[in-house]
Amino acid sequence: MLAIVDYGVGNLFSLACSLKAIGVEAVLTGEAEVLTQADHIILPGVGAFGDAANALRRTGLDRAVLQAAERGTSLLGICLGMQLLFEYSTEYGTHKGLGLISGCVQPIRPVVPADYKVPHMGWNGLHFPKGRPASPLFRLIQEGNCVYFVHSYYGTDCEAHTIATAEYGPELTAAVARDNIYGVQFHPEKSGSVGLNILRAFCEL
Amino acid sequence: MIAKRIIPCLDVKDGRVVKGVNFRELADVNSPVELAQYYSACGADELVFYDITASAEGRSLFTDILTQTAACVFIPLTVGGGIQTLDDFDRVLKCGADKVSVNSGAIRNPSLIRQAAQRYGNQCVVLSVDAKRVDGQFRVFAKGGREDTGLDAIQWIQHGVQNGAGEIVLNSIDTDGVKGGFDLEMLKAVCDVVDVPVIASGGAGCIEHFVTLFHTLPNVDAGLAASIFHFGEVTIPALKQALAAQKIPTRL
Repeated sequence: MLAIVDYGVGNLFSLACSLKAIGVEAVLTGEAEVLTQADHIILPGVGAFGDAANALRRTGLDRAVLQAAERGTSLLGICLGMQLLFEYSTEYGTHKGLGLISGCVQPIRPVVPADYKVPHMGWNGLHFPKGRPASPLFRLIQEGNCVYFVHSYYGTDCEAHTIATAEYGPELTAAVARDNIYGVQFHPEKSGSVGLNILRAFCEL
Repeated sequence: MIAKRIIPCLDVKDGRVVKGVNFRELADVNSPVELAQYYSACGADELVFYDITASAEGRSLFTDILTQTAACVFIPLTVGGGIQTLDDFDRVLKCGADKVSVNSGAIRNPSLIRQAAQRYGNQCVVLSVDAKRVDGQFRVFAKGGREDTGLDAIQWIQHGVQNGAGEIVLNSIDTDGVKGGFDLEMLKAVCDVVDVPVIASGGAGCIEHFVTLFHTLPNVDAGLAASIFHFGEVTIPALKQALAAQKIPTRL
């Protein structure tokens, strides 16, 4: 069973529809108990890091997600959900994340050229790190395929876990992985057939 | 490198796609859901659904169509038309819209952009502006291009961005429907003063117009058009091949 963590942050309609399109009936849940039964968990999220991290803690879902990750449940963080996997973020103050991926979340603005617009919004191509086999998450897509991004912060100090980047001046972290834990900065549910193939690969893990 | 976006616009009235030429004559084209699926398969980077329905029945028909589209089309969807309040934002976001475009609603209620940006984030709020040259000035028009508001378009857009609009759609009434190319002069005036994405609308008649747009104004992020796509005068795969051949970053 695939569970989407519903902790009151963001709209899960498109995500649930995209999973349905690849034949997966997802369960939207805000209950820790349901997460213990899932073999795949998606952690979505939009908005500010601090608000989302607090919402996860208030509902006790942070512990449920951590325990599931510990048990080996396949976990996918999307957009802010990916950022929440990190140790901490500097968005409007310093906020603690789940600490499943080492590194921190920082603003894009200081690292991209002055004439580049922030947020980094639109379709950008994925680059895979050299000298490493491509992640199983990207088993059904090609390097260079475009996916849809909308973000003003990005994961840093996470080279060892980076499985894809996107060029926006410098290469920005686009996806991370450690064992059964995955995170994508872009929106696979808004990335056409490429995005659906990434979700399909995740569901087949 | 971020790709330049190609965006078909679907004007929807009473559940059908229509297109106004110079905002006047309307001709029925096709089913919005079918057209959206077709465009997504062809490589459209985003879709704009514009609700030009006046009646309450038509409005609920529109949200039904939006829900059906979001269930089968997995690219960003922007929705506009009749957005006056935060409740309107809520209504269309719940049906699967990713961004909401405000036009006359922002003129009538100047705090709408700020309120929406605070609640949903700047990236969700698109300011759509219909502008026309009047007395040597770019003037904002309301009510589908029928009413001169007296507002200076450049100042209005700057003001909107300061309040939290995350993207601008600039539709030139002067070039709309003429198919003689985008209004490069008006677009440049806007690109010079804002640092959010600018979407060019109004005037595209052939592939070359998009090439010229992105070559002349590298700060323009996207080109939007309706009838030339709906009637097959320009196909999206051919357009994207042409952009790629001209070294314009494109999602193929």
